[in-house]
Amino acid sequence: MKPPIRGRTEPPAGLLRRIDAILRGAFPSLVTLGLIVLAAVPVGAPGLVMAVCLPSVFFWTIFRPSAMPPPAIFAIGLAQDLLTLAPLGSGVLVLLLVHGVIMRFRSLLVRQSFWLVWLVYAAVAVAGAALAWALTGLLNWQLPPSTPAMHQLGISMGLYPMLAWVLSRAHRAMQNAEA
Amino acid sequence: MLRLSIPLRQALARLSLPMLIAAAFGVMLLGKADTLLVERARMVLADALMPVWSVVQEPVGAVNNAVREAEALWNIRAENARLREENDRLHRWQATALALESENALLRRQLAWVPDPAPNFFTARVVADGGGTYARAVLLATAVAMPARKGQVALDERGFVGRVTEVGSRSARVLLATDINSRIPITLENSRARAIMVGNNAVRPRLQHWPEGQAPREGDRVVTSAEAGAFPSGLPVGVVRWSDSGAPEVELFARLDRLDVVRLFDFGLTGILPPESVARPEPRGRR
Repeated sequence: MKPPIRGRTEPPAGLLRRIDAILRGAFPSLVTLGLIVLAAVPVGAPGLVMAVCLPSVFFWTIFRPSAMPPPAIFAIGLAQDLLTLAPLGSGVLVLLLVHGVIMRFRSLLVRQSFWLVWLVYAAVAVAGAALAWALTGLLNWQLPPSTPAMHQLGISMGLYPMLAWVLSRAHRAMQNAEA
Repeated sequence: MLRLSIPLRQALARLSLPMLIAAAFGVMLLGKADTLLVERARMVLADALMPVWSVVQEPVGAVNNAVREAEALWNIRAENARLREENDRLHRWQATALALESENALLRRQLAWVPDPAPNFFTARVVADGGGTYARAVLLATAVAMPARKGQVALDERGFVGRVTEVGSRSARVLLATDINSRIPITLENSRARAIMVGNNAVRPRLQHWPEGQAPREGDRVVTSAEAGAFPSGLPVGVVRWSDSGAPEVELFARLDRLDVVRLFDFGLTGILPPESVARPEPRGRR
């Protein structure tokens, strides 16, 4: 016979509660994967997949790192490389390195205003595009043109505020649900 | 659920990033070492996502069409003037074409000419951009009844688009003529000079390797050449334009920025494909 427990314990983890928690944890990665898939639909602007992927990973790494762990980023990067014709692994490496760098300065970034975060995003996007360009060149053994990278960079920087607005709404809703 | 002690879990969390970065390098090596595996993984993923894209593409296509309609309405006056001028010009050409057609028929009768068989083709919808930043490709939704095959030639309603490079069970990837890895043997129609059209990820691919003294001239029509047995000769490709920097480029007839539907022609040519991919059985037991 077990001794009776004093005080109130947490309510037992019911199935619904468990599912709710799992879904909330998986929401950022699933939304990012969904965005990548949707971005592949042709609208006349090539390179949209990567332009959508980086803001999403950047945002969740800053504001909800527990929901964007490295394995999820690995999967997202792999999906991105497989959907596009990019050399396999290049997108994975770029996203993981961005995650690593952002995690180091996360405590600073999370308190900053939107404009500063956008500025940091722009810098990260430039570094990421340069790294992706170099990796593509190295792995294909052929110097890739720089104009598509510029295009993608522009789209990605322009998309960030829009995506961040939507994602911060989602983030706040999740915080309310957890409170 | 796996239960781990807290320090162990923390250590694992701290180690996971470096380990995954190492794994990313491993994936890069794997991608270089086994291109066939990567290709298959790409097509499995594309096949799996094809239903999603097919559904999403409908409203996106509708919006695109609406935007185009609005643009057309906006430009209706200028467009009308252009069309009238073009119509006059084409009327003159029609007379010439009819005269040439009858002359051609007469000559063929005299020569007992055996005409080329009409090639088989089927039409497939473009559902996704399959290229990314440094590649130009599109993904097509192919039905089971459509025998998509590597090496098939894709044309839109105006001209040459690209070649099928990867085939899945319900999707196919077409490498566009503008892709940096695209090399198309072409003929300049006026001089019959051969050249190679090299993609550079920009809108207009460049011309290279034309014969000495037969430089492509502005406005020359460019058609495919049967060199290397990859394409039939005479498919319309584009028109030569000299760029500001002094390089001959091809303005493609096909509108690659607004591809909705392409025709896949099977000319039965296997020139550029490596021998093992021709000998390999077709995927999922088709054909």
